[in-house]
Amino acid sequence: MGAESTLRTRFEHGLAAPICITWELTYACNLACTHCLSSSGRRDPRELTTIEAKGLIDEIAAMQIFYVNVGGGEPMIRRDFFEIVEHAVTQRVGVKFSTNGTRIDPAAARRLADLDYLDVQVSIDGADAATSDKVRGEGSYAAARRAMDRLREANFGAFKISVVMTRDSVEQLDELEALASGYGAELRLTRLRPSGRGAVVWRELHPTIAQNRRLYHWLVERPNVLTGDSFFHLSALGAPLEGLNLCGAGRIVCLIDPVGDVYACPFVIHDEFRAGNVRDAGFGTVWRDSELFSSLRSPGNPGACASCGAYDACRGGCMAAKFFTGLELSDPDPECVFGHGERALEQQRVAIRPHPSPDHSRRLTVTSHAS
Amino acid sequence: MPLTRIDAFDASLYWQLSDQVSLRQEAFGALAYHHVNRRLVFLKSRELVELVKRLGEFDSARLALATMVPNDQQGRYAMALASLARSGLLSGR
Repeated sequence: MGAESTLRTRFEHGLAAPICITWELTYACNLACTHCLSSSGRRDPRELTTIEAKGLIDEIAAMQIFYVNVGGGEPMIRRDFFEIVEHAVTQRVGVKFSTNGTRIDPAAARRLADLDYLDVQVSIDGADAATSDKVRGEGSYAAARRAMDRLREANFGAFKISVVMTRDSVEQLDELEALASGYGAELRLTRLRPSGRGAVVWRELHPTIAQNRRLYHWLVERPNVLTGDSFFHLSALGAPLEGLNLCGAGRIVCLIDPVGDVYACPFVIHDEFRAGNVRDAGFGTVWRDSELFSSLRSPGNPGACASCGAYDACRGGCMAAKFFTGLELSDPDPECVFGHGERALEQQRVAIRPHPSPDHSRRLTVTSHAS
Repeated sequence: MPLTRIDAFDASLYWQLSDQVSLRQEAFGALAYHHVNRRLVFLKSRELVELVKRLGEFDSARLALATMVPNDQQGRYAMALASLARSGLLSGR
């Protein structure tokens, strides 16, 4: 529709403030998921203090940013977690936070249930322990299910179950839907990205083209399944999926990491996409004046996709997915539904894949598979 | 928190912007976010933004339309208000 595409163009030129931001509260994590976007594990000694975190929330409230996606690391590891969250929601800055659930004991579940404007997303990566623990570590699935039980006992209401679509979990869509519905929860599916430690496992774990096609049709029939606009690259297959269907990096969203660095989106924690730091002149200045964000807001180059009839639908896909697989930003998405991305990957003579810049992985627990 | 379901928009009644909604000015109009039902809605003209902001000053939506919107556009704006009401962004008395 004409009006919709005008609006999308507006969004691509950037907004006065983001619709939402993702804020990773800490790099500390008690799990070591193989696909962690932020290569988390060890706390960074430079992480924002409680006072700085509250100041940032005040600025977010003043800019009328509607909500903050809080993540990490495991955000509940921070001792001031509730203090920060309560500071946000009392100013009506909504908080949607992602957790592995390990810190949700009965008391924490009750405290969460008491807060308005708060959404909880408990992460699992499969409908059973065998599938999920393969990615998230032994015992993680049971811990997440315990957290879900406690949220239910505390009458939290509809929490969210968040699942990254891997080659294995994408085969369990119906089981995941049943699991969510059993809890009265909402199902949220997101894309596996080759960011952070995900770069190591992406090639063996990302869904195949056939799986992505099935996923697209499954999602089209279920507009209530949340995706955080993750799968707009699949909209090239037909009718657009629910959501804005565009890359919001630096235009309508961005990421603030635990030390206050601002990146274009949650999937590009890398020097090349760092726009500034909130400690310097505040978040608003970075959002408005960063050269990186200005360039992201200028008209994109369809590049290799210019002659493809589906470009209007998928807009060439995800910048982060291209960057961390060593493709040019003007190349097709590595998971292009027509296979153009796979061909681009095959044509790479020497795959120079950028390594994530800050890496907070715990040194002893990270394993990589030599293939 | 229960949400009021609105199936029909009656312009002869009093309507106002719900106090659960944040409205943020943008170049194209405004973004509206409902903090309880989590809906994000785009108001695609500045005239509509003004109308929505001042709706609560009038005894009825019809009176607001008659005062603030040219005759030939009132139908279009009434439809826009109805759609906002369906999303829970407007509340009655």
